[in-house]
Amino acid sequence: MDFLRNEFFLLAVTFAVYYAAWRLQRKTGFMLLNPILVTIAILITLLMAFDIDYETYNKGGKYIEFWLKPAVVALGVPLYTQLEVIKKQILPILLSQFAGCVTGIISVVLIAKAMGASQEVILSLAPKSVTTPIAMEVTRTIGGIPSLTAAVVVAVGILGGLLGVKTMQVARVGSPIAQGLSLGTAAHAMGTYTAMGISNKYGAYASLGLTLNGILTALLTPAVLQFMGMI
Amino acid sequence: MVRQCAIIFGCLALGELVVWFTGIKLPSSITGMLLLTFFLKIKLIKLEWVKGISDFLVANLGFFFIPPGVALMLYFDIIKAEFLPIVVASAVSMVVVLLVTGWVHQITRRIFK
Repeated sequence: MDFLRNEFFLLAVTFAVYYAAWRLQRKTGFMLLNPILVTIAILITLLMAFDIDYETYNKGGKYIEFWLKPAVVALGVPLYTQLEVIKKQILPILLSQFAGCVTGIISVVLIAKAMGASQEVILSLAPKSVTTPIAMEVTRTIGGIPSLTAAVVVAVGILGGLLGVKTMQVARVGSPIAQGLSLGTAAHAMGTYTAMGISNKYGAYASLGLTLNGILTALLTPAVLQFMGMI
Repeated sequence: MVRQCAIIFGCLALGELVVWFTGIKLPSSITGMLLLTFFLKIKLIKLEWVKGISDFLVANLGFFFIPPGVALMLYFDIIKAEFLPIVVASAVSMVVVLLVTGWVHQITRRIFK
């Protein structure tokens, strides 16, 4: 049974499970069946069932994780293609991004603290609004638990994708640009995915929100946490 | 393909260098991303030089964080112990971000039109 611990076997399983999960969502179109979430859940179940520890899994897994950093660098390309849009209404976009980013960090930290969460958990929640690779990098920088951040980020994204549009309608956020921007800012890739479903223009603003909030969160989280006396 | 990789990893290495040199608390990958945007803007790098690999990497972004996500199994104790604060804080804060961003954008757009 030691073959189960072979790193290439574990890599192959990861690819296969992800592919199956991806197909499943394509077929059903059901947002809760997020392929990343499903793959993580299945892999954890398998590893526990066959008594394989994370260290062994990560001998193969680290080759996948390796691509996270280059992938974040590659986000520079969509950012570049959107520079014109940003320039056109730089102040409203920057101000709303800044406000959303800072209130996001402060609110999650204050609520978690008030409810008695530990320091480690609070730090892991701070960058929860932005896309996972960026959020995990931020968590690593400030000393939280990156994998907890990953889970929370995916959950926040799904929730935002499901409830985002309705919530904004109720709260009188009506302009399509503001809605798209907010979806990307609060619910990163899932919000963008939802926005793309409405229209391409919506989606473009959502991906703008996703990218800008990613940058702002990376830039501001350490400072905001320091200001709040958390680190 | 080689040139594409050289550019992406070049920006990442430069990002690492900047972080190491200045000691700023910014992930090297974000620094690399900003550098790439900057190089594209000043036309030092042409868009078609990186389009292929960046489309591939961005499209598969989700896949790359599966292994770190699996590491969650190491923290089941913490999650169980602090489940409620984690869920409530994240959900409420998500709504706050959604509304604050939207409101501020609508108001400032009216002002700066």
